Amino acid sequence: MESNAFYVALSLLLNLDATLFQIVALSLQVSLLAVLIAAVLGFPLGAAVALWHFPGRGGIIVALNALMGLPPVVAGLTVYLLLSRAGPLGEWGLLFTPSAMVIAQVVLVLPILAALSRQKVEELLGEYREQFISLGMSRSRMMPTLLWDARFALLTVLLAGFGRASAEVGAVMMVGGNIDGVTRVMTTAIVLETSKGDLPLALGLGIVLLALVMLINAGAYLLGEAAKRRIG
Amino acid sequence: MKTTCALILAGVTSMGLAASAFADDYITLASTTSTENSGLFDAILPQFENATGIKVRVVAVGTGQAFEIARRGDADTLLVHDTAGEQRFVENGYASERADVMYNDFVVIGPTDDPANVRDAKNAAEAFAAIAEAEEPFASRGDDSGTNRAELRLWENAGVEPNGSWYRELGSGMGPTLNTAAAMDAYVMSDRATWVAFENRQNLTLLFEGDEVLFNQYGSLLLSEEKHPHLKQDLAEQWHKWLVSEQGQQAIADFTVDGQQLFFPNAR
Amino acid sequence: MTSLNVPLTTSPAIFPPPALRFDDVAFSHQGKQLFGPCSFTLEGAGPTLVMGPNGAGKSLLLRLAHGLLPPNEGQVSWSGKERPRQAMVFQSPILLRRSALANLTHALAVNKTPGNARKQLAREALARFGLTASTDTPARVLSGGEQQRLALARAWVLSPQVLFLDEPTSALDPVAIKAVEAAVHEFYQRGTRIVMTTHDLHQAKRLAGDVLFLSGGKVREHTPADSFFTAPVSREAQAFIAGELDE
Repeated sequence: MESNAFYVALSLLLNLDATLFQIVALSLQVSLLAVLIAAVLGFPLGAAVALWHFPGRGGIIVALNALMGLPPVVAGLTVYLLLSRAGPLGEWGLLFTPSAMVIAQVVLVLPILAALSRQKVEELLGEYREQFISLGMSRSRMMPTLLWDARFALLTVLLAGFGRASAEVGAVMMVGGNIDGVTRVMTTAIVLETSKGDLPLALGLGIVLLALVMLINAGAYLLGEAAKRRIG
Repeated sequence: MKTTCALILAGVTSMGLAASAFADDYITLASTTSTENSGLFDAILPQFENATGIKVRVVAVGTGQAFEIARRGDADTLLVHDTAGEQRFVENGYASERADVMYNDFVVIGPTDDPANVRDAKNAAEAFAAIAEAEEPFASRGDDSGTNRAELRLWENAGVEPNGSWYRELGSGMGPTLNTAAAMDAYVMSDRATWVAFENRQNLTLLFEGDEVLFNQYGSLLLSEEKHPHLKQDLAEQWHKWLVSEQGQQAIADFTVDGQQLFFPNAR
Repeated sequence: MTSLNVPLTTSPAIFPPPALRFDDVAFSHQGKQLFGPCSFTLEGAGPTLVMGPNGAGKSLLLRLAHGLLPPNEGQVSWSGKERPRQAMVFQSPILLRRSALANLTHALAVNKTPGNARKQLAREALARFGLTASTDTPARVLSGGEQQRLALARAWVLSPQVLFLDEPTSALDPVAIKAVEAAVHEFYQRGTRIVMTTHDLHQAKRLAGDVLFLSGGKVREHTPADSFFTAPVSREAQAFIAGELDE
C-alpha cells in the first residue's frame, strides 16, 4: 500500500487537477495568512516580554510556553464557540469560512511565535545591551532594532509556526467544516479520504503536503543561509 | 524587506480570494458523514445548483453534532437520520418543517470467518445477541450519531446491555470506525452507503442485512427563523422542497456506486 | 585615510570639554565591593588614560561614568546644565547585523537626526575613517581593525562631547592600533573629552594628557602624564611602571 501511495502522490502532482490545486492553494493561503498575522502580533509581544520587566512577566512566559502545546481541537473548539451564531462574535457570520480557519490557526501559532521570539530577542539583547544604553535608546526604540537584527532567527521561528499551522487538522476541521470547495484543505482532505477507507489516496495527499512544506522550508533555509553568510 | 512585502501581498491577495468565495448565494447544510462519504452530494448538488443557482455547503458530521450546529444557528438546514430526534427538534421549535427524504439500511459487518455465527441469525435481534454471547469484539461509533443511536436501540431490542471488554466505543465517525474494525477484526454496524463506498475492508465482509428494523430513514429539517433570524430560510426552503420534489427524488435514485443504488427516495 | 599621517601632537582643545566628577562613587555586586568609594574630577584637556593592573576596576570606572551601570553609592556628575553627549567604544565592538552604512544611519536615527541628512553624514564618517570601500559590507564580516574603526565612526557621527574607550586596541594588530590612535586624536582635536583605558604603557605615553591610576578598585593617583611616567607618586603606580605589565 505504501508504494501505492507514492504512486498516487506522484500522479496527483503530475495531473495536478483543479480540485487538488484549489485545496493546496487554500491550505497555503490559510496557513501563510495565519502565520503572517500571528507574526505581526506575536513578534512585538515576544520582544516586549524580553525587554520589559513587569510583575507577572514570569507568568506570561510560562503561559506562552505552555500554550505552544495547545491541542488544536481545543483552539478550534474555543474559536468555534466564539464564532458560532450563538457565540459572542456570531454576528460576524465567520463560522465555516476560511477566515475562521485563519483565526483558529492564529490562536495556535501566536504562542509559538511569541515564546520563541522572546527567547531570540532576549539573547540578542544580552549582546547589544551596553551599546543600546550607550546610544541612549529607550526600550521601545530597542524593539524594532532587535526584531530586525534577529531576522534570521525569526525566519526559523516563522517556519516553526508555519509547520504547526499547515500540519494541524483539529482546529480547521472544527471551524471550517471541511466544506468541499470552500474550506477543504490538505489535512481535512486527508481525514476525509481516511474515513472513506481510501488509504492510498489519503497517504498520497499526505506526501503532497509534506513535499510542499519541505519545499517552503528548503526555500526559507537557503534564503536564510545565503543571507547569513553575507551578513555574518 | 522584500520578503516581508511579498508575504503581505500574499496575505492581502488571499483575503481577497477568500472574500470572493462569499459572493454567491449559498446555504449551509449540516449532514452526516454517511451521505458525504458515499459521494451522494457530489452527484445531486450540481443538479440542484443548476435548477436554482443556489450553492450548498455541506458540513458533514455525526447526527448529534449536526443537531448541535443547528441549535447554535450555524446551519440553514439539516439532512440527518434520527427520526425521533428530528421530531423532537420540530417540537422544540428549532425546525419549522421535517420531511422524509430517503432511506437506506444498516448492515452488520464482521470478520469473514464469523466466529459469532451472525450469518445464520434470523433477525437483527438474534444477530446482535449472538455477538454479545460470543463476546466477540464489536466496534461501536460511540459518538451519539444517528447510526450510534440506531445501534443502541438494536442492542435494547436484543435484550443485551452492551458492556464488557468486547464492546469498544470508539467515539469516531463511520469511516474511522470501519478502519478500526478492519484493523482489529471486529464486528461493526454500518450504513450501507458508507460500507459500499468503503475501500479498506481487509478481512471484513457483510454478514447480516435485510431486517426491517435496520431500516435507516433520512429526514430533511428546515430550520426555524424564529430561533435564529439570520438564517437563509428562503434559500433553505428551496432546497428542502427540491429534495422531496420529483426531480430531487429522481436524482437520489439515480445515484449509484459500482452499479448499486445506495439511497432509496421515499418522500410522501 | 589621511588622518593617519597627522602627527600626534597634543594640541589643546579649542573649547574646554565638560568636566566629569565622581563624589564617593562606589559599586558593589552581590555584596562584594568592586569599585570605590572614590572621588576625583576630570577637568583638564586630557586625554585621560585610565591605567592599572587587570581587575583594578578600569572598565567599571568607564561604565559608571558613562551611565551603563548605576553606582550603589555616591554621585557621578557633569559640569554644565545638561548631561553631555557621550559615546563609548568597547574592547570588542558591538555592531548591528547590518551594513557598515546602516550601523551609522541607525545611530543617527536613534539620535533623531533628520532622515534626509543621515546617509550624507554616515558616508562622510566612513570616508574619514577609511571605510568607504566597506560602505555596503555587512559590519560583522569586516576585519577586527575595520570593525573598531566602524565603531569609532559611529561614535563620530554622534558628535560626542565625551568619548569613552575601553581597551579599544587590545585585540588589534599594530597597523590597526595606529589607526585607532589617530582617530582618538581626531576626536581630541574636535574638543571631545577622551577617557580611555589601556594596559599598554607605550600607548599611554603616546596619548595621555593625564593619567588616572587604579588598583584594587580605588583611584591611587591622578597626575599629569609627564610626571606619572617619570615620577609616579603612589607605591602601586611605581610598582606598576617598574614591572610594566607585571601585576
